[in-house]
Amino acid sequence: MLEILTYPDERLKQLSAEVTLFDAELQQFLADLEETMRAGPGGVGIAAPQVGRFQRIALVDVSSKPKIEQHGFLALINPEIVEYNGFVKGREGCMSVPDFTGNVMRAETITLEYRDAQGEKQTIKTGGFEARAIQHEMDHLDGLLFLDRLVSRRNDLFRRKVYQSKE
Amino acid sequence: MSHWYILSLVGKDRPGIVAHVTQALYDGGCNLGEASMIRMGGSFTIMLMVGHDGTVKSLQNLLSTVADSMGLQIHIDKMAGDLHHHVEPDVQITVYGADRPGIVAHVTGALAEAGLNIVNLESDVGGTAAKPIYIMHIDGVAGEGIAALESALQIVIKEGIEAKLTPIEAMVG
Repeated sequence: MLEILTYPDERLKQLSAEVTLFDAELQQFLADLEETMRAGPGGVGIAAPQVGRFQRIALVDVSSKPKIEQHGFLALINPEIVEYNGFVKGREGCMSVPDFTGNVMRAETITLEYRDAQGEKQTIKTGGFEARAIQHEMDHLDGLLFLDRLVSRRNDLFRRKVYQSKE
Repeated sequence: MSHWYILSLVGKDRPGIVAHVTQALYDGGCNLGEASMIRMGGSFTIMLMVGHDGTVKSLQNLLSTVADSMGLQIHIDKMAGDLHHHVEPDVQITVYGADRPGIVAHVTGALAEAGLNIVNLESDVGGTAAKPIYIMHIDGVAGEGIAALESALQIVIKEGIEAKLTPIEAMVG
């Protein structure tokens, strides 16, 4: 079990570096990270910076949620969203921000390129809850928390904010 | 020893109310908790948790100058702090329709009977003075399940009020 950094720990705000070595040490870290994710209450994702490792690694597994589009357990290394479509508001919380949830706009569907645990290039298309989880975890790799993307609770019935996509 | 108080405030809206009130509290050694501050009609309203070392009276004294100069009515009660125990809403209900007396009582009455605990409710009157519309947004906890709330809303919808229920599933990552 790895220790989870919690905000206001400034380390959560830093940029993570690309993974270049897909070695045994990485496999061990992925196993430890997965164990930590599954121990969290309702945790469906985790990013390496949340445990103090500043590399572009995120895990997502939304298979505990019934009846949604999903790809099971995903180890996302050096992930990149190459296409965003639609915007949808949803509620998010974070193991690094205890006792607070808030509304965040995310792309509704995404096309994602990443390396798997063995370093093989993968591409998936996904949407909804899984796409939200992936976008939330990928934000950690850029030093962003969902707190950086909160939208007002009031008036969101009729107003829509523009999603800030990565350059 | 510090106690938590809930401060309720209302006054004619103007720039600087929040700044002046919170500066007076800060100067008096207070610490702020959670708050709801909003313009309603032409007034500005505040509900604010204040951590303060003294009594209701001493807290009132801290604010008397700013209250007088800005024309604010202030009421203070003792409260249990109980921070860091947020209740997570699992359902969101939006309601709107031509404004008329009884929408809130009717809708929330039906929902309460079906087990809803309201965590947050915001409402506005929009449209024109001649044809006002009422818009209400509720976040709550479905104590007896979402289906019970759906059935309760169907009755309200039959009576001509637009109402929509959406489950909230917080993504925790």
